[in-house]
Amino acid sequence: MHALTALIIEDEAAIRRFVRSALEDEGYRVFEADSVARGLIEAGTRKPDVLVLDLGLPDGDGVSLLLDLRSWSKVPVIVLSARVDEVDKIAALDAGADDYLTKPFGVGELQARVRALQRRRSGDGSESNGSLVRLGEAVTVDLANRSVSRDGEPVHLTQLEYRLLATLLAHRGKVLTHRQLLQEVWGPGYVEHSHYLRIYMAHLRQKLEADPAQPRFLRTETGVGYRLL
Amino acid sequence: MDDDLRPDPDALLAALPAPRGKLKLFFGAAPGVGKTYSMLAEAQEKRAAGLDVVVGWVDTHGRAETEALLAGLDVLPRKQIAWRGKQVAEFDLDAVLARRPALVVVDELPHSNAPGSRHPKRWQDVDELLAAGIDVYSAMNVQHLDSLNDVVSGVTGVAVAETVPDHVFDRASEVRLVDLPPDDLLLRLAAGKVYLPEVAERAAGHFFRKGNLIALRELALRRLADRVDGQMRAQREVQSRAPVWATSLGVLLVLGQGDEDSAVRQAARLARALSAPWHAVWVDRGHASAAARSSALSALAQAAEQGAHTLVLAGPVPASLIADYARRHNLSLLALSQRGNRPRGFWRASLQQQLAQRAPELNCLILAAGERTAAATAGWRWPRADAGGWWQSTLACLALTAAMLPLRGVLDAANLVMLYLLLVLLAAVRYGRAPAAWAAVLSVALFDFFFIEPHLSFAVSDIQYLITFAVMLTVGLVAGQLVASQRQSAAQAGQREAHTRYLYEMARELGSALMPEQVGEITGRFLQASLNAQISLWLPDAEEQLEALPDTPLAVDAALVRWSFDHQQAAGQGTHTLPDAAQLYLPLQAPMRTRGVLVVAVPDTLALADPDNRRLCEAVAALAAQTLERLHYIEVAQQTLLSMESERLRHSLLAALSHDLRTPLTALSGNAETLLLALQRGGRAEQEQAALLLAQSQRITRLVTNLLEMARLQAGGVTLHQDWLPADEVIGSAIAALGSVLDAHPLQLDIDPACPMLYGDAILLERLLVNLLENAAKYSPPGSPIRVSAAAEDGRILLRVADRGPGLPPGDPARLFDAFSRGERESAISGVGLGLAICRTIADVHGARLSAANRHDGGACFILSLPQLPPPALDFDPENLP
Repeated sequence: MHALTALIIEDEAAIRRFVRSALEDEGYRVFEADSVARGLIEAGTRKPDVLVLDLGLPDGDGVSLLLDLRSWSKVPVIVLSARVDEVDKIAALDAGADDYLTKPFGVGELQARVRALQRRRSGDGSESNGSLVRLGEAVTVDLANRSVSRDGEPVHLTQLEYRLLATLLAHRGKVLTHRQLLQEVWGPGYVEHSHYLRIYMAHLRQKLEADPAQPRFLRTETGVGYRLL
Repeated sequence: MDDDLRPDPDALLAALPAPRGKLKLFFGAAPGVGKTYSMLAEAQEKRAAGLDVVVGWVDTHGRAETEALLAGLDVLPRKQIAWRGKQVAEFDLDAVLARRPALVVVDELPHSNAPGSRHPKRWQDVDELLAAGIDVYSAMNVQHLDSLNDVVSGVTGVAVAETVPDHVFDRASEVRLVDLPPDDLLLRLAAGKVYLPEVAERAAGHFFRKGNLIALRELALRRLADRVDGQMRAQREVQSRAPVWATSLGVLLVLGQGDEDSAVRQAARLARALSAPWHAVWVDRGHASAAARSSALSALAQAAEQGAHTLVLAGPVPASLIADYARRHNLSLLALSQRGNRPRGFWRASLQQQLAQRAPELNCLILAAGERTAAATAGWRWPRADAGGWWQSTLACLALTAAMLPLRGVLDAANLVMLYLLLVLLAAVRYGRAPAAWAAVLSVALFDFFFIEPHLSFAVSDIQYLITFAVMLTVGLVAGQLVASQRQSAAQAGQREAHTRYLYEMARELGSALMPEQVGEITGRFLQASLNAQISLWLPDAEEQLEALPDTPLAVDAALVRWSFDHQQAAGQGTHTLPDAAQLYLPLQAPMRTRGVLVVAVPDTLALADPDNRRLCEAVAALAAQTLERLHYIEVAQQTLLSMESERLRHSLLAALSHDLRTPLTALSGNAETLLLALQRGGRAEQEQAALLLAQSQRITRLVTNLLEMARLQAGGVTLHQDWLPADEVIGSAIAALGSVLDAHPLQLDIDPACPMLYGDAILLERLLVNLLENAAKYSPPGSPIRVSAAAEDGRILLRVADRGPGLPPGDPARLFDAFSRGERESAISGVGLGLAICRTIADVHGARLSAANRHDGGACFILSLPQLPPPALDFDPENLP
């Protein structure tokens, strides 16, 4: 079994330095690149298992790199952003990034995100059993029968609620933007109606979470979207 | 900045026009039938039903049973107006408008207000009340209806001066007939129960005859039946949705023939009966006296008020002008007053005959003649020609005679006559009709005296010369008349042409105007040139206060300017509102809103009564209004561009700053953490320093984040990404963002399940709550609970963060939020001031209030109060999705 590889595309050497040691702690072989052009070449030749991408690079935008990358690779990507508003993160997520971190971020945080992505990628073995998926301790989703139960009791979900949950489950661990969720669940005509999403997410939490205001697995990514842990 | 451009929903709602009030008319055949009594009785019922009813004007004339009905009603005080040294009590319109009742009782609708009141007539006051959305009860008798005025005075022999236009009656929401049989009324009269003003008492004996009363009652009933009939027909048309076939039946009233007021009334009644459009024209042939002219113009104004299109035509041949006008406007019924039908002489056809010849397809209707007015009788006169014309004509005749004398006997008499005729024609062209006529007479006399045997005597030997004289005189007079008329119509056409040219020029100049001052200057210059008028242009400022442009010094009634602006109606000279004012006030109505008021002062008071000039002023006002609107939008566009540009600049500056600060901080804290982890693994003593390094770098990070956030918010260029957010999601994400900071404090969440969604920027609101929670955690002892609650109260959504700490520092709690601007040293309060200042700024941009208070049982409480907006609709059934 060969070691997992990671690629860091980041122009700041000091940041590359500690990201590298954080990833090496996780057991990765780490490669580095400091520009869009270099990054694409490395991603093509090294075929990394995870990619850490800074959005502000000297020779171009990280988002354009992502769009290029996504045409031929499904490697999980974590985006690093130093900018003030969420627009860049949303653009990166819509372009195919899996997760994001806002600078400055902690080493532990980065490692946790990388682990979550890797877990998802290496198959859902630990948490799912055939068509049965567990959320936390209490909730079980039966994908084959389209049924949900909580503490053994069946929970009634409306069609839309179930569809929303199923979409989140299909991309478990990944941050889904409002736009992506609205498009998947409601259809392309509804991408501007983000209040629908918020209302249905509130319903789902009421039905599935022990404390809807402090959700354990239906997490809010403020201003960006939602993520199912 | 861009907040100014975004429409405020409340303001939009407020800008919607209030529905028009309803008018209920109590209609009677004669005084004394009990209109006031019925009206007050009904008002009492409304009051008992809980409506806000006030009495604006009622005269009970001391009758006890009517006065008893006033009990409990709110009677407004009357307004005292000084007029000719006397105090006159009048209905106080402004008091009612300020009081805004649901229903106001205003008796005696036909009343004429004292001069100096806003409107000359009380029905106009009532109209303004209705426009303001206030319901009105009022009363009137049949003889006060404008169209029946003549009929009634014909029946009773009592002339009524105060009338109400029929459209007021027709447009009333409801008319209630207060009926009393004539015998009962006569009994009441005998018992002294009918109040009559002193003046009318003399005529009362004549008026209150049984025959009269029966006739009046019939008139009232019939008029009401007409109204009901009209409503029914209208209803039927609506129901059957029958296409409205274009009727070619239009009425054209030709003024200038006799009693104009009566003619206007009859034509209006005719048009109403036919449900046809109607026009009124007056043919100005250039020789009308000032009195006849003003009487014709006022008749035109009256016709316009009754719904006619009005125009002054000019030209020598009235019949062809009228026929052309009628054809052009598809008017098939000509109304002429009787005088026009009288033959002018055996050689000249009457106007009616001329019309019949020129336009046989038109129907002519001869209106019954009313009394001839003094103005009409005195009508014809010599137009004023300057004295020079008379002298010059006289001199020319004498000179011609002197020049011809030596040629007596050489030239044939017939050729001499030709020379004299030429002279008369020249006089007509040069000096107008009167000098030409004078020249004709003088020529005949001189010709006879000097050239006809016997010479130097007026005697005529050869009788055939009488024919020569007659022809000379006639040709002279007719030529003079024709030429003068032609001159008049040419002058008028010239004036119109000049108006049109001026309008073109003005439109072109306004097209390049860039400042409101230029609009004022161009408008002023143009009206100065065309009407010799002075103007003043009033424009609203940001607070909707009207200000005159500085370059237009004109003594102007600012209150009337305000009125015209608010009501979007013309006021002042020649209008219904304060017609005695010295100027005309025109609102500048542009497509989007009223842009100001144009005040026009014309030295010749009659000039504005001419519909042509009035239309000219209105056209000027419309041009100015459109230009002002254009200027406004240019300004808006420029401001938007400017603010977009500056926002872009600010944004890129902050983004660059943020990037440049965060990058080294990330490297610093990340490497410090790596170092710490490595040292911890090795169990090295230096890990303490590494931990300090990490903590300090994190502290700097927080400070920098706050500073950048504050800079972004305070720069004013925040774009809110507002959305509908469930309260528990906002609170939950703030708690999640804080992570371990709250570990030491048990959280009590109390989110009302019925709490409506908030409308705000998710990131900013999270930031606000994070700061409040962080403060609560920092200032209360470990282990003490922090309580967060959300609920709707009194139309606002309240989010509370309460702790069990030492409470707020002494002093005004509002100053807590000012920490940043107070300029205290940040270190002394360890960043708190910045956090709360950010909170307040975020609350401000959301239109929310942030306040702080001490809890009764210890600790501090911060309250965010957001406006509660109607929640968005979901446009599908959630259970039945395909």
